[in-house]
Amino acid sequence: MAAVTEPVTTDANLLRPAESEKTLLRFFTAGSVDDGKSTLIGRLLFDTNGAYEDQVEAVRNSKVNRAAHGVDYSLLMDGLRAEREQGITIDVAYRYFATPRRKFIIADTPGHEQYTRNMATGASTSEAAVILLDARKGVLRQSRRHAFIAALMGIRHFAVAVNKMDLVGWSREVFDSIAAEFQTLASRLGHPRMTFIPLSALEGDNVAWRSARMEWYEGPNLLEWLETVEPGHAGEASAFRMPVQMVIRPSAEFRGFAGQIATGRVAVGDAVAVAPSGRASRVSRLVSFDGDLQEAFAPLSVTVCLEDEVDISRGDLLYTTRNAPEVARRLEGTLVWMSDEALETERTYLLQQGANIVPARVTALLDQTDVDTFATAPSQQLKLNEIGRVRLETSRPIPFDVFSTNRSTGRFILVDPLTNATMAAGIIERGEGAARRRAGDRFKPDPLTPAERQARFGHSAATVHLPGRSSAADMLERLLFEHGCHVVRLRGEEGRLAETLIESGVIVILDADTIGGDQNLPEDDEAAARLVMRRLETRGVISSGAVEQGEGI
Amino acid sequence: MGPVTADRRLSHLRALEAESIHIIREVAGQFARPVLLYSIGKDSSAMLHLARKAFYPGALPFPLLHVDTTFEYPELIEFRDAFVRQIGARLEVYTNQAAIAAGANPYALGTAKCCSLLRTRALVDALKQGGYDAALGGARRDEERSRAKERVFSFRDVNGHWDPKNQRPELWNIYNGRVDPGECIRVFPLSNWTEQDVWNYIQLEKIPLAPLYFARERQVIRRNGSLIPLETNVAVQPGEQPEPVMCRLRTLGCTPCSGAIPSGADTVQKIIDELTAFRRSERENRLIDHDQDGSMELKKREGYF
Ligand SMILES: Nc1nc2c(ncn2[C@@H]2O[C@H](COP(=O)(O)OP(=O)(O)O)[C@@H](O)[C@H]2O)c(=O)[nH]1
Repeated sequence: MAAVTEPVTTDANLLRPAESEKTLLRFFTAGSVDDGKSTLIGRLLFDTNGAYEDQVEAVRNSKVNRAAHGVDYSLLMDGLRAEREQGITIDVAYRYFATPRRKFIIADTPGHEQYTRNMATGASTSEAAVILLDARKGVLRQSRRHAFIAALMGIRHFAVAVNKMDLVGWSREVFDSIAAEFQTLASRLGHPRMTFIPLSALEGDNVAWRSARMEWYEGPNLLEWLETVEPGHAGEASAFRMPVQMVIRPSAEFRGFAGQIATGRVAVGDAVAVAPSGRASRVSRLVSFDGDLQEAFAPLSVTVCLEDEVDISRGDLLYTTRNAPEVARRLEGTLVWMSDEALETERTYLLQQGANIVPARVTALLDQTDVDTFATAPSQQLKLNEIGRVRLETSRPIPFDVFSTNRSTGRFILVDPLTNATMAAGIIERGEGAARRRAGDRFKPDPLTPAERQARFGHSAATVHLPGRSSAADMLERLLFEHGCHVVRLRGEEGRLAETLIESGVIVILDADTIGGDQNLPEDDEAAARLVMRRLETRGVISSGAVEQGEGI
Repeated sequence: MGPVTADRRLSHLRALEAESIHIIREVAGQFARPVLLYSIGKDSSAMLHLARKAFYPGALPFPLLHVDTTFEYPELIEFRDAFVRQIGARLEVYTNQAAIAAGANPYALGTAKCCSLLRTRALVDALKQGGYDAALGGARRDEERSRAKERVFSFRDVNGHWDPKNQRPELWNIYNGRVDPGECIRVFPLSNWTEQDVWNYIQLEKIPLAPLYFARERQVIRRNGSLIPLETNVAVQPGEQPEPVMCRLRTLGCTPCSGAIPSGADTVQKIIDELTAFRRSERENRLIDHDQDGSMELKKREGYF
């Protein structure tokens, strides 16, 4: 697949010590409680010297030992274990170990509580998944769930570790039937590459060394698999994309666009363009602290200079003109909901995609997927740990590729602008509607219609005159705002702006004396404000339910 | 560009470097007033090096902050000032003057209390006083168990506190750095590095380090199973007998509390060789981490790095 290339610079300073020859693999592990995940990870760390001697000593001396004989390696992992027992944080923990060939980053995700959120988080940075099963129990609902979430997050390489083979007499039949059952899930998961490995985490068989007790098994042991698996989305397979993180401009002569190459490669002289504007140029320099480069590729962080003066700022996307991303305002995708507060389709969230942050609304919840059965069904609500397909609308067009073709530019998070909390992880499945186009095409937006604005705001435009009643106007502004309306309060002279504002679909409240208005409002400010709310409801400007029956007048 | 394997995959050190540079640039892009916490140790030296790479050929867009407990090794301060001058960075130094004036020291207060005032409290105060909304720190997840689940962007409330139960989920390489006034994000660009990685990177990049890391004969006393070099501010307790030992510091801390390890490693390569031979977790020699069970987690909740 990949051509052999020379290191791009031959700077003597960069001569490599043996340690730096390693490659990096990020993977995540999932298993149900007691399937042996802690034991397996502890074993991997121990057998590859990833655990420190003082930690191993502490484990050897521990009074707790659940292993029948030998050392209980799961104790190396007891950060999470202790938490679990005390019911504290159930969260993703990261572990590290290395062999002479590779450095590994494990995202260790608990398989039970908060599983969807944590597994999606752990899987998001991973290139491969190790899914653990107990040979005695076979494929459980949870196993299906683990595989589903891994596949949803774009993982194409699975090792299915059938653990506790010692407890089933190292039986080939047991292993084969579990493998066959799991294999039937493949088509539902988009056909990831699955490798089935029979092992015993406790005894170490087929973890870091080949088991003599399962000679019938001819595949790799787990460590061999980890050392050789080649993630399917290596940079050169995809088109060049680089989100611009910042513009570096130390002097009038230098203007560089700094970012980490998300996918693909780029070389000096390449034709590139920037989304969403579509302006094109050529790469004049690839600048790094260690000297200029002739070519660069994912996941390098570089600084790109262009031949022409192109207006580019943080949040823009550099791409190869040979293969442009899509640009759209209306998107369809899948959300993994991560907050205790359920999705609200009326709310404006911030969609954060690389360095690009835009206000966005979920306009429809299409359906929801049951992670145990993979079945989809219509749904009214999306709550913590649920997965749903949605339609989204962003306030500006955003550049993207669908997630199945590009894991980097097809993903985003939703942030609550009021609490700043991260609400959801999202993947983009398609752009839709008239706004869909290729980046670089001339953008001719359809003019916004009052109906579109009304659909977005949930109310139509209106003017309310409250001459000389400025505190009643304040009260009304508050009530309308809390009802979810887009409301603007114009004081005195500002009233002349009303017309322009009305055109943009908002509700305008005026208190200037000069304008005629309703003289028959109650003295009490709150009563007056509530009466106006009722009238707006009756006129169909705002939705009903704003004022409880019997209140107000 | 550095080591690239034959099939156009980056070596793990270059992949980690690229990730860290991305994180550091996000900080510059997302925050109004970031600061880089420079403790002069090997991790913050590596982080500072990465920051210089991130903005090249531009200058660092934020200052460095050193929380000086006044119990620092003098040669560390010398190294700091010379290095900062050489790279043309802006350095701010903060000390909890009130606590020092009140006589805070590890002998009177015990290491836990002293550290809490002169490092933890001082850091929180320094960040507040400077109005910083983001602070880059050199902590790594492999240092200690409670750090294993730490985020890259770690939210701290207005009091500088960390709430392990209420962390923002962190997906892909998308970092949510939104804060309200007074709140702060601690950012850890070296999250995914191990101690081994940092040393190998220092070797690869020839990053200058404080001489304390390298072995030479030092006068030490033995205390709680650690070797404490006798520098200014270290009070010899009754019954302690100074002796010359060939040793070096594995992590830098205050003079009275940083344990040295017996070692002949006087170059980075020898340190790497030694690390490969003796695999003990590096914080073992820092007295503060053993104060009480789960002490690191407690300190972090209060705002320690
Ligand atoms: N017989 C046997 N027991 C195992 C094996 N792997 C784990 N165990 C035991 O299964 C129990 C649960 O293991 P643990 O690693 O804590 O599971 P976790 O909940 O998935 O982390 C412990 O008592 C382990 O000693 C194995 O391969 N064979």
